[in-house]
Amino acid sequence: MSRMSLVESLEVLHRLRRRDQVVLSTMAAAREWMNLGTHPLDFIYAPSAMGEAPALGLGMALAQPDKQIIVLNGDGCLLMNLGSLVTITAEAPANFVLVVCDNSVYEVTGLQWTAAAERVRQAGLAVDFCRIGHGCGFEAVFEFESLEDWRQQAPEVLAARGPTFVVLKVEPVPGGVVPRSPAPPVERARTFSETFQQRDRC
Amino acid sequence: MFSGLQIVAELQGMGITHVVWLPDSTLGQWEDALSSSSAIKLVRVCREGEAWALAMGLSLGGARPLVMIQCTGLFESGDSLRNAVYDYGLPLFAIIGYRSALNAAANDSARTFTEPNLKSWGIDYRLIDSPEKLSELAAHYVRCRQAHKPGVVLIAEGRM
Repeated sequence: MSRMSLVESLEVLHRLRRRDQVVLSTMAAAREWMNLGTHPLDFIYAPSAMGEAPALGLGMALAQPDKQIIVLNGDGCLLMNLGSLVTITAEAPANFVLVVCDNSVYEVTGLQWTAAAERVRQAGLAVDFCRIGHGCGFEAVFEFESLEDWRQQAPEVLAARGPTFVVLKVEPVPGGVVPRSPAPPVERARTFSETFQQRDRC
Repeated sequence: MFSGLQIVAELQGMGITHVVWLPDSTLGQWEDALSSSSAIKLVRVCREGEAWALAMGLSLGGARPLVMIQCTGLFESGDSLRNAVYDYGLPLFAIIGYRSALNAAANDSARTFTEPNLKSWGIDYRLIDSPEKLSELAAHYVRCRQAHKPGVVLIAEGRM
């Protein structure tokens, strides 16, 4: 299987991102997303609670149904809270996009394999997150291994009626560290909330 | 102790927009009333940790959520509670079913650890252990909201 660079895959999204879209990012994706620039509707979920970015994003999507919420999650994070996929599809918010940056490892703790990784599974088959997404009832499900395919189809992915589930097969970043909060979290939450609730960002 | 209609009336009076829940056998009896309320949206989660994060997202978006779980779910969801309430300073509020609280003879560790757990998290809580105390729910919510701090109301469960 081929994999993309995490940074390059995020750059695709960064170029397409509209001013009214919320991007909620966690762990490795948050670290790299921050390096691409800042935006008032970025919510860098660091510090985070383990596996809770999708639930946090769902809450945002339900509170502000006119704004698209894009959650950048990791595969390790997703595995900590697979039930959140069922919670999301029960509510079926059309404005919700979950992007799973799947590198098959716990990157920030030193690249240990997850239990879903092909390498460590007795049957030798990686867990198929897309099938899980389909089974949970996501309206739109995509998987990309190639940067070129992702680049070409990303506009369609973001335009699809959600909830949308996207798996990006990415390379781990050796030495990748835990993202640090770019400012005091309480202050960031307050500022973000004020911006998020502004109608003129619809 | 309370009917679903009583609870919904209280929550509507408090201005609650969303109840994020994972029921136990006591809270579960309120399902029909909660799900048929036109003012309150019932959001069902699969594990209690989701409830605090989901409520955090709702709160950031201007909604007024309430988490409704059992005390065993409180134990499970500590990391999510810690993050929302302390890392991000969100004054979330919860109704928590207090298993075996009304059964002094119960050999139930959930009963043993519920209040010490809330104290260790520094959460201001009130115990509702009789029907005449229902008004404590809204009163405590208003106090916590005015003080911009998290709060919990424990609903005693077990024998009446």
